[in-house]
Parts: sequence; C-alpha cells; structure tokens
Amino acid sequence: MDAVKAIGLTKKYKDTVAVDRLDLCVQKGELFSLLGVNGAGKTTTIKMLSCLTAPTEGDAFLCGKSITREPSAVKALIAVSPQETAVAPGLSCRENLELIAGLHGFSKEKQRSKINEITESLGLGAILNKKAGKLSGGWQRRLSIAMALISEPEILFLDEPTLGLDVLARSDLWDLIRSLKGKITVILTTHYMEEAEALSDRIAVMKDGRLLICDTADVIKSSVGASSLEEAFIRIVKGAEK
Amino acid sequence: MRMLTFAKRNALEILRDPLTLFFGLGFPLVLILLLSAIQANIPVKLFEIQRLTPGICVFGLSFMTLFSATVISKDRGSSLLQRLYTTPMTPADFILGYTLPIVPIAVAQCIVCYVAAIILGLELSAGIIYAIVFIIPVSVLYIALGLLCGSVFTDKQVGGICGALLTNLSAWLSGIWFDLELVGGTFKKIAYALPFVHAVEMERAVLSGDFGGALPHLPWVLGYGAALLAVAVLLFLRQMKKQ
Repeated sequence: MDAVKAIGLTKKYKDTVAVDRLDLCVQKGELFSLLGVNGAGKTTTIKMLSCLTAPTEGDAFLCGKSITREPSAVKALIAVSPQETAVAPGLSCRENLELIAGLHGFSKEKQRSKINEITESLGLGAILNKKAGKLSGGWQRRLSIAMALISEPEILFLDEPTLGLDVLARSDLWDLIRSLKGKITVILTTHYMEEAEALSDRIAVMKDGRLLICDTADVIKSSVGASSLEEAFIRIVKGAEK
Repeated sequence: MRMLTFAKRNALEILRDPLTLFFGLGFPLVLILLLSAIQANIPVKLFEIQRLTPGICVFGLSFMTLFSATVISKDRGSSLLQRLYTTPMTPADFILGYTLPIVPIAVAQCIVCYVAAIILGLELSAGIIYAIVFIIPVSVLYIALGLLCGSVFTDKQVGGICGALLTNLSAWLSGIWFDLELVGGTFKKIAYALPFVHAVEMERAVLSGDFGGALPHLPWVLGYGAALLAVAVLLFLRQMKKQ
C-alpha cells in the first residue's frame, strides 16, 4: 500500500488555484521532497494532506485513509512540523514533549519511555529542562521535529524544516532527517535544491500549483540534460512558463 | 484526558507569566488597600469594605479576559495551533482546555481579595463562601469574552482591546467606582443592559446574605455568559476551519 496517494487534489481560493489537480504517489518509508519557489503550492499541499484545509476537488489517501472522509483516522497516522517553529514557549522541552504525547493519549509510563527514547536519539538531553522559548532557532526546530516524532507517526510532514537556520544547525538537522529514512515516510517541502538532493529518494517539482516532474534527482537532471539539480530546476520551471 | 493535558499546558503558560501574578493577584490587592486607605480618611459608602470587595473581585476578572485572549491569540499567531489541529484533539477539547484552567485562577484571585478584606475589617460570614462560589459563573462570562477576543484579534490587538478598552468598560459600566445613579439616563440604561453591573450587584447581595436580591441579576450573568461562550465557540471554530 502507498503511504500517500493523491488523486486530482485541487485547492482554489476565490480566483487563485493554489494546487491544481495534483496526482502523487509516495511509497512507505520513502523520503519525498516537494520542491518549488514561493507560492508553488507546497505548503497548501501539505495542509491538505494533513487535514488542515479541505481540498476543493479530488482526494488523497494516507495509508488507505481518505483525507476528506476519514480525517480523524488520518490525524492518528500523521505528524506535522510546521514551517514556523511550533512549540509552546512557556513550557520546558520535556513539557512540550509530554504535551504532544498526552494529546495522543499515551499513558504516563509510555510518555516517559518515549521521551527518553526521543531525547537519546535526537540529542536533546542538554536542553530537556530548558524553556522552549529561550532556545536558539536550531534547537527549537529540533524540538519541533521531536514533538512530531513522539506520536509515532507513520507519515511525517516537514514544512521547510531548515528555513532560516545557520549552516551548522542545518547540517545537524539534515543528519537527523536522514536518520529517519526507511523508518517512517517523510514528506518535506523545501526551496533549497541541495537539501532536496541530499535528503530525498524522490523529488517533485511544483510551480503555480502544478506538478511539473516527479522522480529521483538523477533522472530529473538527465531529463533536461542538466549537470546540477539547480540547473535542472530552473530549466523545468522556466520551460513551464513558455 | 486530551482536554486535561491541554488545560495543564494553558495553565502553565499563564501562571509562568510574571504579569499574570501582578495583574491577576497583585493589582486587585493594591486596589483594595488603596481604596480602603482613602475610605479611612474620606468615608464614601461605595468604598466600604463589604461593598468594595465584591466589586474588586468582579473587576479583577477582566484580567482573566486578558489572560484567555492572550493565550489563544498567541497560539493563533504561532504555528502551535496548526500543529495541535493535526492531533486527534476535538473542538470541545480546545474550548474546554482554554476555559477551565482560568476558572481556578479566578477563584484564587477572589479568595486573595477576600482574605485581604477580612484583614481590613470585613466581617467573617458564610456570605464570603457564597460570594466565592458565585464568582465562578461570572468568571466564565469574562473568560468567554477572552475566548471571543482571542479568536478574532491578534495578540497585539488583544493587548489594546482587552487590556485597555474592556477593563475600562467593565469598570465604568459596573458601578464599582461610582454610583450609576449619579450619571443616570442613557449611561445607566446601557450599564444595566450589559452584564458587568449585574455581576457586581449579584456578588454584593450574595455577600450580604441577600439571595433574593441576587436572583434578578443571575439570569443576566448566566445569559450573557452562555451567549458569549456560544459566540466564542463559533468564532473559534470558524478560525479553526480557516487554518
């Protein structure tokens, strides 16, 4: 079964078509990137797939559950780390993790064991008792991903996970995202070419809400005879404008 | 369970803000002390401790409006609410989770005011217990007003509208600081068409053991509380859908 299968997924806002008849398949355990410039429709796609906004037309199935007919079942399968860092600033990192674990109905014992596990795997030990609002951007983003992972999702959505981070923080976060490969399905949006190429099994290029190409970085490059993903991206996107 | 987890988070966010302690507990206390000192020098019937304390308790609740509105508007402004919308939380979990943790804070504020009033000479009576119990529906009214504002305004707008405008409106139109009879006319009619003066007069009556006198005001408090809560829920759900 596909982790994600979108069929004719469309979102319209008055006269604007944010996502236009998107057909997409993501395999279980795949790390899949949605690549595009600002306004390409990446975030709207994630919002529809995570049941934050209803599609105007079409449907998508996450592990077989429909986002339009079974949003509660879909919400139990997914976790989202939004574009902006989504942490409760007045709570410590531990309390933030407890909050999400509690909202997913974990027992106290399971909360403790999951927090220990996540703290260990994401290296959060040093900041566990610090207030989330006082952490640096990189640590807040790491905590934000930890909050998404603690609910044991089958599908994780990462919306621009490294936006605004410095080089070192970005490198750390890349390592973290790589470590998830094969364990859960990860769908990330980005407009950094090198990020998409370094992390993804497959990449979908979007522009003006439409899917222009979806394949591995190598196939995308060779499809337009480009030597780098950036060059390929520019050719594909500019080609779509003509 | 989910609601309680969320309510605990909201309580922690509110209680860890030092401004909460100042405005929630300190400010009403300062007002009681200050006005009692004025009363000691220039006696005014309105500021006698048994009339003043219920008024201050109700006025203090306008800060509960500010607290609830601030928490919601800040959550809306950040991506935290967006994340929470993707969890299995229901709309009822959100509404109750924002409302319930503020009720004990409101009751604590009321208790602090009455303890101060007793020290300042308020006679110990069962009426104090009843006044504290009757503050609960009044607090729901003020919290609902906060839910409503937090669902509509940004955190900056909330500071101005709830922090300045609503606190002043609920003060002027409640008969705490001056007798509404002195102004009379349209001002008095407007004041009595709103719930604030009814909340104060209900609390004053209950404190003095006059339940008959409290009864006519209770429907105003409960009616406005229910109506505001219903509108707040609708507005919260609307913005939830918009997300």
